[in-house]
Amino acid sequence: MAGKQRYYRQRIKSTQALKKIFRAMELMAASRIARARESVEAAGPYSRAITRAVSAVAGHADIDHPLTRERPETNRTAVLLVTADRGMAGAYSASVLREGERLIKELTEQGQEVQLYVTGRRAVSYYTFRRRELAGSWTGFSDAPTAEVAAEIASTLLEAFLTDPSEGGVGQLHVVYTHFVNMVTQTPRVIRMLPLEVVDAPTGEDVHNEPVPLYEFEPSAEVVLDALLPQYVRSRIHSFLLQSAASELAARQQAMHTATQNAEDLIRNFTRLANQARQAEITQEISEIVSGADALAS
Amino acid sequence: MAHLEVDVVAADRRVWRGDAQAVSAPAADGDVGILPGHTPLLAILREGEVRITATDGATRSVRVDEGFLSVDGDKVTVVVHTATETDAGRGRGR
Repeated sequence: MAGKQRYYRQRIKSTQALKKIFRAMELMAASRIARARESVEAAGPYSRAITRAVSAVAGHADIDHPLTRERPETNRTAVLLVTADRGMAGAYSASVLREGERLIKELTEQGQEVQLYVTGRRAVSYYTFRRRELAGSWTGFSDAPTAEVAAEIASTLLEAFLTDPSEGGVGQLHVVYTHFVNMVTQTPRVIRMLPLEVVDAPTGEDVHNEPVPLYEFEPSAEVVLDALLPQYVRSRIHSFLLQSAASELAARQQAMHTATQNAEDLIRNFTRLANQARQAEITQEISEIVSGADALAS
Repeated sequence: MAHLEVDVVAADRRVWRGDAQAVSAPAADGDVGILPGHTPLLAILREGEVRITATDGATRSVRVDEGFLSVDGDKVTVVVHTATETDAGRGRGR
């Protein structure tokens, strides 16, 4: 009888400890998400400026650049998956991986040979567990990516893209990341990054719809484009990482909030059960005493 | 008085924004100086220092690595990968 009570007390205690952890994780995610969203905002001017410049050059001349050229001679395709370093973020990493698997299947059906690049420990462990080979992986920054890691990832991928097909170069680059819509909605997205499609007019709130002026290029349009496109790729990858980081933190905050509430529900239930057990024990003791007294009286 | 609207942005933040009289920047093959009324220009920058003379006469300089500069109707945008503000010369002329 007392064993039941002890069991419930133990469960309440351990659930309370878990609840504290969940609560702490929720608060941590909540405080970091403000910073992550700020960095998304802060990177905005750069990517807008670079997009504007690229479209200015693209509008100026017929561009024929290695980064915009289709490469039908190779059937290798690079896929970059952006996931989290840690779990406890609900379906965040899982949905990126699912989307990635879907993309890989689709590409394989098209006769492409997929080379996987991943960021985040979740994806690394997912693929090493399945003994799939990774062409490249980066970990340790998923909730606060810096421009430096973005540059490193971009240069690795650009190198793979620009390598001669006979030496293992890839013909396309797809990126799967999580788009931060708002605090409650984050959707995984697939983007074909390379070869670059000729950039349309920039979109966004800061766009002036005036025609692009006739720029003078220094030293020349080709050199400018040469320098701009890799920077454009870098800036896009940085923004993918930042979006994913904000999504990860939002997903984690939400998941941990739900977990905290579940823990509270569990504690409430266990408290009721414990009280019931205590009550039952008391009732039994009383009935034992009463029946004992009855037996003596008669 | 005509002046330039200057924006200096790095990959992860906006470094400086304000009005200026003149901007000088290390373009790929020689420094360029920009005054109000400059023709639209898109120039690649090499590593070096961008110097900005603000409208109040103060100069500030920003160390930059690779990037580019665009001038478009008195709007100057310096876009670089990383930028560090050096304090040298700031406040001079006040």
